[in-house]
Amino acid sequence: MAELAVNTGTSHEAAGSSSGISNVKLGMWLFLGSECLLFGGLISTYMLYRGRVGQGPTPSQVFDIPFTSVSSFVLLMSSLSMVLAVSAAAKKDDRGTMLWLSVTALLGATFVGGQVYEFTAFSSEGLGFSTSLFGSSFYTLTGFHGVHVTVGIIMLMAMVGILQRSEIPGDKAETIEMIGLYWHFVDIVWIVIFTLIYLIPV
Amino acid sequence: MTMTEVNTGETEHNTKHGMSTFGYVRIAIILGIITALEVSTYYVNFGPLFLPALLIMMIIKFIMVVSYFMHLKFDNRLYSMMFYAGLILAVGVYMTALATFKFFLS
Repeated sequence: MAELAVNTGTSHEAAGSSSGISNVKLGMWLFLGSECLLFGGLISTYMLYRGRVGQGPTPSQVFDIPFTSVSSFVLLMSSLSMVLAVSAAAKKDDRGTMLWLSVTALLGATFVGGQVYEFTAFSSEGLGFSTSLFGSSFYTLTGFHGVHVTVGIIMLMAMVGILQRSEIPGDKAETIEMIGLYWHFVDIVWIVIFTLIYLIPV
Repeated sequence: MTMTEVNTGETEHNTKHGMSTFGYVRIAIILGIITALEVSTYYVNFGPLFLPALLIMMIIKFIMVVSYFMHLKFDNRLYSMMFYAGLILAVGVYMTALATFKFFLS
């Protein structure tokens, strides 16, 4: 029976793989590697254009560092709740998993809400999407990131719904781990954006 | 018999991910402290250390999340290769692009 338990515990890791590692996880890491190229392009475009302010406000005139710092902290803490959800899922604790997934979604929604508020404030201060190259590149970069967070929230809430209907405890552990990888990636992208875009002055 | 199953599962989990709940909380606290230090550079004049300090703190946070929260430190190296290949390619391509546009001279 103990041997059976060991086999059950590791079966999802190498499911459908001749290499002994999970193809799903390998594909997810490959996807995240490709996402580095997407966000790298957006970040470097912003770095090139951030000083190009023909008209409208400059970055230092619109950025609210205390507000964005709190938003960054909220997103960082959502990574903690996500990793606790993945840990609970690996222990087949579906109640704990649903709790931490919901907390993660809530923190993510708080971050997105903050971003919407920030965009509204910037817009009222005269920074539109087509006001300047700075505005266009800033909204494109942070907007893409915001969309990624929103997709993550949808996946989290969908997973909570699926777990509520699931009858086999712990059978979604690998799926939750994949959502976790995506969520942490969104967090590390924000770590880079927060430093390069907000904290380093033009 | 049920107990054996549970224990085996937890041992497998801890070996695979290498961290306890307290360990994750400790990492999150360190990340929070580094973020506070980053924000302090906006208010305190660090002189010539400003930019290097910010970049080093950013890289430390990045590596901590990838290594511990995303478990790359404990997982198969093939996953690391997949991710870091994309990351290194992105950094190389876009640093070259920025250099081409004389970004580092301005």
